[in-house]
Amino acid sequence: METTWFCLVAMMIVMYVIFDGFDLGAGVIHCWVARTEFERRMVLKSIGPVWDGNEVWLLAAGGTLYFAFPALYASGFSGFYLPVMIVLWLLMARGISIEFRNHVEGPVWKPIWDTLFSVSSTLLAVFFGAALGNVVRGVSLDASGYFFEPLWTDFRLGKETGILDWYTVLVGLFALFTLTTHGAFWVALKTDKELQERSRTMACIAWWGVAALTVAVTLVTSRVQPHIPARLKEEPWGLIFPLLALVGLMAMRWYLHKREDLMGFLSSCLFILGMLTSTVFGIYPYVLPARTDPAFGLTLHNAAAPPYGLKVGLIWWSIGMILVIAYFVYIYRHFAGKVQLEEENGY
Amino acid sequence: MDSALALHRFHFAFTVTFHYIFPQLTMGLALLIVILKSTSLGTGNQLYNRSARFWGRIFAINFALGVVTGIPMEFQFGTNWSSFSKAAGGVIGQTLAMEGVFSFFLESTFLGLFLFGETRLGPKAHWFSAFMVWAGSWLSGYLIIATDAWMQHPTGYQLGPNKEILLSSFWGLLLNPWVGWQYLHNMIGAVITASFVMAAIGSFYLLNGKHLEYAQTFLRVSVPVALVSSVLMIFPTGDGQGKNIARHQPVTLAAMEGLFYSQEGAPLAILGQPDMSKNRLDNPLEIPRMLSFLTYRHWAAEVRGLDAFPREDWPDNVPLLYYSYHIMAGLGTIFIAAMLAACWKLWKGHLYTSRGMLWLLMALGPFPYIANTAGWMTAELGRQPWLIYGLMRTQHGASSHVSAGNTLFTLIGFMGMYALLSVLFLFLFSKEIDQGPESAVQAAH
Ligand code: HDD
Ligand code: HEM
Ligand code: HEM
Repeated sequence: METTWFCLVAMMIVMYVIFDGFDLGAGVIHCWVARTEFERRMVLKSIGPVWDGNEVWLLAAGGTLYFAFPALYASGFSGFYLPVMIVLWLLMARGISIEFRNHVEGPVWKPIWDTLFSVSSTLLAVFFGAALGNVVRGVSLDASGYFFEPLWTDFRLGKETGILDWYTVLVGLFALFTLTTHGAFWVALKTDKELQERSRTMACIAWWGVAALTVAVTLVTSRVQPHIPARLKEEPWGLIFPLLALVGLMAMRWYLHKREDLMGFLSSCLFILGMLTSTVFGIYPYVLPARTDPAFGLTLHNAAAPPYGLKVGLIWWSIGMILVIAYFVYIYRHFAGKVQLEEENGY
Repeated sequence: MDSALALHRFHFAFTVTFHYIFPQLTMGLALLIVILKSTSLGTGNQLYNRSARFWGRIFAINFALGVVTGIPMEFQFGTNWSSFSKAAGGVIGQTLAMEGVFSFFLESTFLGLFLFGETRLGPKAHWFSAFMVWAGSWLSGYLIIATDAWMQHPTGYQLGPNKEILLSSFWGLLLNPWVGWQYLHNMIGAVITASFVMAAIGSFYLLNGKHLEYAQTFLRVSVPVALVSSVLMIFPTGDGQGKNIARHQPVTLAAMEGLFYSQEGAPLAILGQPDMSKNRLDNPLEIPRMLSFLTYRHWAAEVRGLDAFPREDWPDNVPLLYYSYHIMAGLGTIFIAAMLAACWKLWKGHLYTSRGMLWLLMALGPFPYIANTAGWMTAELGRQPWLIYGLMRTQHGASSHVSAGNTLFTLIGFMGMYALLSVLFLFLFSKEIDQGPESAVQAAH
């Protein structure tokens, strides 16, 4: 039961990264690829009707984590207090910049929101990566299952770690490049003419960053968290996950070459799926490893809620997910195809 | 009370109070938009549809702020109330997760369709998307109220061998007897906000001699809704809430009413300032025996005062609780009186020309926000000193690993952020009002 929920929460997080990932990525490249007012509206319109729904994956994953693994939710969010709050502020800034940009005309109003949109999306990508890095690296949990991390200490992986150290920053950059590519594929898919061309070029460039960092991060991670290679040795079938990522990575290059945006986007999804599932597989059964004493680490067993709640949860959760899939299929089909600016602009 | 705890409390109270400014309009307006769209569909009168479009624009601005201020709420249970979350997450995490899975996805999907899809969808499907936005926001309200109700009156749980709180009945949690009145009262409060705002804007246009057709439509729809909801607010829902409190939180009732000593035939205090050192109300203005009657439907019934309870069980800010409650109930009474008069004039056909009444309706616009906020302060301060009534004290629930300094840092951050958001909101809101309904119609074509 706990393992089921572990997989389900992991799945929701993967969904979040894939879906909100592309609108984050679109934000990262917004100011770079979209030069004219028309193009910027195109980029925004390509995510306008869906970004909020995408972000709900984060909320739903947070809520699900809360009831399935209350001890992890309590320890993780209070321990990562500062970065969580900063992420929340960035999410707010980003949300209003998407929603409010088109409400006023003129040369002062719009650049503010365009810049804010790009900056907050970029920082969010880095912070989400760094958060993942923190989980993989482990934190200084004490015997009561709590910890508190300052934003940084000395940037080394010493006794007292901070949120940012060379490792987590590296993972943060990795996330930035990954989501940039992901978002660039999306924008290329939804737009045409120069905007599409520039997005493709952007994806081409960022891909090299992704490829280089994939190698670097993989090598470093096996040193930083020896549990992961040990797991793979124990259960070699898990190699399938990194393999998926590798296939995704290669396929992205191939489809960039063939100029097939949809397939490129899907390959990027596959890559993200592969990387995240590899991580999840690698740290299992931990949900938050400890750098102090491995025994203090939170595992899915000592962090899970009691069985009754997990059981009823499974029922409503499954019903809910069927509905969610229906909404997503419907709305993505409704807004399928290239963005058209001439028709109604919404309210 | 140590300062870290005080800061955690203020942090939560500040952010949730600010958040709730927006959902109350969202939830009420969603209903009014459905009414407008249904009328248009039923009568074929396009004026109603165009009005719905105008309010849709306001809705969108308001919704965006509700979303961005709501996201921090979801995570603050973990960041600021980690001991509480660890202990109770298995229970209230259920309703919070359901809110995400069932209502936020629904709302965001159909809002996307509602705002961006009118031409493609056609009138029926567009009506349906408005309906679903309403359903989603009211479902969201239910689940969050169920969460709060569980803290007010925990049900559906068992205590484990180490006193841990274990969910034992899913339906016990969802159908908590506390939820019924609280939900209805709260949702009707949201309808009050929306209908008062709509009436205020309608009056504003009429007083300015602008957009007359729209303004009359707004008033025609909102004034009757405002009257009905104001009445329902006091009876039966407010009354029902009061009965729940009398039964399950008698000490809270005593504090709310400023009743220091138990007595038979207790009076209802209308005015008066609680003096906590002398244990009395200064310059009280009271209706004799009324409190006994309201609580027990019996003029001579005994109502227990604060003296009947040990001091450590008293809500820790009695005066603020007392004022919050009196502000809410006082405004509730004023709302009914004002809306009765307005409805009468509407019925007689001279509301649109009676400038005095229009001025009043316009001035009343902001007050439901005050009443709703005061109501929540009543509920939340009245719950003190408990975090989960009878189970966990507030002081045991906060994140003990997060220092006061760090909490203050993020509190200041939120204050700055929210000050900016307020300015933005007011700016965009007044801009929308200033441009008027006609421009909303153009933009949608
Ligand atoms: C427009 C707003 C508004 C108005 C006019 C009233 N209320 Fe209210 N009240 C609320 C808005 C509100 C609220 C914000 O919606 C609360 C907070 C928690 C809740 O469920 O509803 C609330 C809570 C609340 C509580 C506390 C419940 C708890 O502790 O859980 C009581 C006892 C009442 N109300 C009673 C009344 C009475 C007797 C009123 C009439 C005179 C009244 N309210 C008018
Ligand atoms: C419906 C969901 C809500 C939940 C689950 C909830 C939960 C909480 C929690 C956990 C606290 C901190 C602990 C405490 O001080 O007891 C709190 C305090 C508070 N909340 Fe709520 N709240 C909700 C809604 C609201 C709303 C909508 C408002 C106001 C508009 C509000 C006003 C307050 C206030 C004023 C406090 C501070 C009380 C004090 O510290 O003395 N709450 N609430
Ligand atoms: C402390 C408790 C609360 C939490 C954790 C919370 C959480 C949230 C979150 C995360 C969102 C954003 C949803 C999205 O992205 O679409 C949101 C919006 C919303 N919340 Fe809250 N909220 C709280 C209090 C309340 C209360 C008391 C109500 C009213 C009953 C309420 C009703 C709504 C509604 C209707 C929305 C839709 C968006 C909007 O109103 O603008 N929330 N809330």
